[in-house]
Amino acid sequence: MFGYAGKILRINLTTREIVKDILPEKMCVEFIGGRGFVAKTLYEELPPGTHPFDENNLFIIATGPLSGHFLPASGKTHFGSKSPATGGYADSNMGGHFGPALKYAGYDMVVITGKAETPSFVFIEDDKIDIRPAAAYWGKGALTCEAMMKKDLGEDFQILTIGPAGEKKVNFACISHDFGRQAGRTGMGAVLGSKNIKAVAVKGTGSILAADVKKAFALGKEAFRKVSEKPGFKGWTPEGTAGITDWINEVGAFPARNFKTSHIGHSSMINGKKVLERLKITDKGCYCCPTPCGKYGHTQTILGSAFMEGPEFETISLFGGSCLLKTIEEVAYANYLCDELGIDTISGASTAAFAIECFEKGLIAEKDIGRPVEFGDLESVVHLLNLMGQRENSLGDLLSQGVKIASEKIKNGSEKFAIHVKGLEWTGYECRNAPSMMLAYMTADVGAHHNRAWVMGHDVVGAATNVHDLITGGTHNEKRPRAVISPEDSAQYVIESQHIRPAFDLLGCCRLQLMELGFEVENYAELYSVITGEKITWEDLIRVSEKVWNLTRMFWVREMKNFGRNMDYPPPRFYEELIPGGPCKGYGISLDDMDRLLDAYYAARGWDNNGLPTRETLERVGLAHMMEPLLKGN
Amino acid sequence: MNLILHHQKCSGCGACKLACSIANFLLIAPSRALLRIEGRFPSPGDYHIHVCDQCGACAEACPVDAIVLEDGVLRIHEADCIACHDCVKACPRNVMIIQPETGIPAKCILCGECVLACPREAIFFSCEDIAKECQ
Repeated sequence: MFGYAGKILRINLTTREIVKDILPEKMCVEFIGGRGFVAKTLYEELPPGTHPFDENNLFIIATGPLSGHFLPASGKTHFGSKSPATGGYADSNMGGHFGPALKYAGYDMVVITGKAETPSFVFIEDDKIDIRPAAAYWGKGALTCEAMMKKDLGEDFQILTIGPAGEKKVNFACISHDFGRQAGRTGMGAVLGSKNIKAVAVKGTGSILAADVKKAFALGKEAFRKVSEKPGFKGWTPEGTAGITDWINEVGAFPARNFKTSHIGHSSMINGKKVLERLKITDKGCYCCPTPCGKYGHTQTILGSAFMEGPEFETISLFGGSCLLKTIEEVAYANYLCDELGIDTISGASTAAFAIECFEKGLIAEKDIGRPVEFGDLESVVHLLNLMGQRENSLGDLLSQGVKIASEKIKNGSEKFAIHVKGLEWTGYECRNAPSMMLAYMTADVGAHHNRAWVMGHDVVGAATNVHDLITGGTHNEKRPRAVISPEDSAQYVIESQHIRPAFDLLGCCRLQLMELGFEVENYAELYSVITGEKITWEDLIRVSEKVWNLTRMFWVREMKNFGRNMDYPPPRFYEELIPGGPCKGYGISLDDMDRLLDAYYAARGWDNNGLPTRETLERVGLAHMMEPLLKGN
Repeated sequence: MNLILHHQKCSGCGACKLACSIANFLLIAPSRALLRIEGRFPSPGDYHIHVCDQCGACAEACPVDAIVLEDGVLRIHEADCIACHDCVKACPRNVMIIQPETGIPAKCILCGECVLACPREAIFFSCEDIAKECQ
């Protein structure tokens, strides 16, 4: 099909066998690309019951049909594996330039299995594929390694690296690229590390085809023009995602002190304006992106100075809120350290905040940590990040497995403030005043991640709107959500968002043009049709998105014994404690209310009361044929 | 007419390179781009745009005078080119390419597609030049 590169590259690290398969057209039609390819391949090719660090686990890199084409933000790359962080379905995506380069080299997807005998990196230069020694890079930081490899291979290579955390199989180790883009979530870096792979380097000098290249070029130009005319283009772009910091704090949704409360007093010290004033050197855009979120800069703190990209909102909210770091320079330094160690800033910060609260409550001893630790103290946070990122001692080893496993070992009530769902640490929105967003976190198919559905707008102003209009439209604090949103409406908002946002992950382009600026979804169906030559509507894409959502749910069902409703709850802090202060003082969502939200959600999805897709639903979305062995067994 | 560069506005997105390859070769292949974006990371942490400024080093290096100044733009006359690639080696900006199908080099002809594609207004034509064109 047009639009795609046309090949799947399969690499077995154990046997060193390299195979180039034709990309099946049926797979393109049924699963589109990106996240769809990841979900299908994982379900069909991963042997059931495989441990995430078993050499049989797959590491998948997938692009979409729009990746690398001339349209706004066509640079998304998806990674998939069975997650070491959760033990369940995982995909994680990043911007940057890797995916387009992979397509220009001739491949839509790479499937890596097995384990290299010694530290190695995967080399891809058009037709030339190699597994090369990486002894010179092993042990280096993820950013340092990329700089070294760029020097060794050439500037034209796009490179994925892992840091020491990935090598040491920290459960939330990430993949780094382009000096600051990360596929941060679900431990993809640890999977690569478990396979002895330090990096993947790609250079593509070929071309990809569009059904009508002139028309696609004209339509792409039109799309850039339309995006540039959105009010948010000039309003949103300067600060990027960091621009939402003050608003989220004002509406009482900022995660503060390990999510104990939902408001901080120092957001003006860590907001988007401070990123521009105190850090930024340049805007840093992903492939063909007109609205770069990336703000590359330099930070100076008492612990040292560093060049780094970011911090973006999630990192600001977790380090500046959950860990209570006081200045943007401190947040940026923690961000840099995570990037170099190769750990997800979200899980890293959450785990640090969890450890500090454990220490405050006397559940972890000073001798185990090596020093006293406290909220708001950069040295404490940096110490904990090094402990977990390098697995330096037994406590670092414990924390490197994330808050769920750590709390199960620490016990004594620590489970109540281990902030995660399904084992994945929670991202930057406190939701005790936002039931729809709470439901989005509870049901996200990789664990507590906002990128599957973002419905804060529904909770705060009662309607879907793009983020720029939302944050410039006031805080509407006088209207709290629980009074106005029924569980059925919340479920509907969440499901719509869970289909819309992941649809971009199928296509291989960034959703932020829609989410942040309101660039209309219909444009993408038209771009897809012109590029691939296959007519499609946005509703068709949403149907595929729903199918993939059910498929990833079934992956959990297959891989996890007793998977069901029990895995969809947030930690007890969110239903046992009310927000103690700030604009949302006194708000909370009871366990009964959470059950009502889940009941409404399962019913709307066509899942049973335990949260499992019914046979009728699997038949309706076109998955029953893939599920026969599982359905017969249950 | 010349391209004016605002390096500090460049975000390295590469839309200019992709537009260049499509406009000049009808190929979705930024390796064919007739300009370069240099990312200088981790330090100093910025982008530098490299474009043809019609300096004439390529024409001077050409042993068969196949690169000719026409309306202020140096163009390669492909029929006269002997594919020795001396021009490519002589280019001080390293912004010429060799077309793999023919071995014939290609260079920027100031088509302006990079200017139109850049969402950051980091590349543009000088107002003076545009005024002259309009006269």
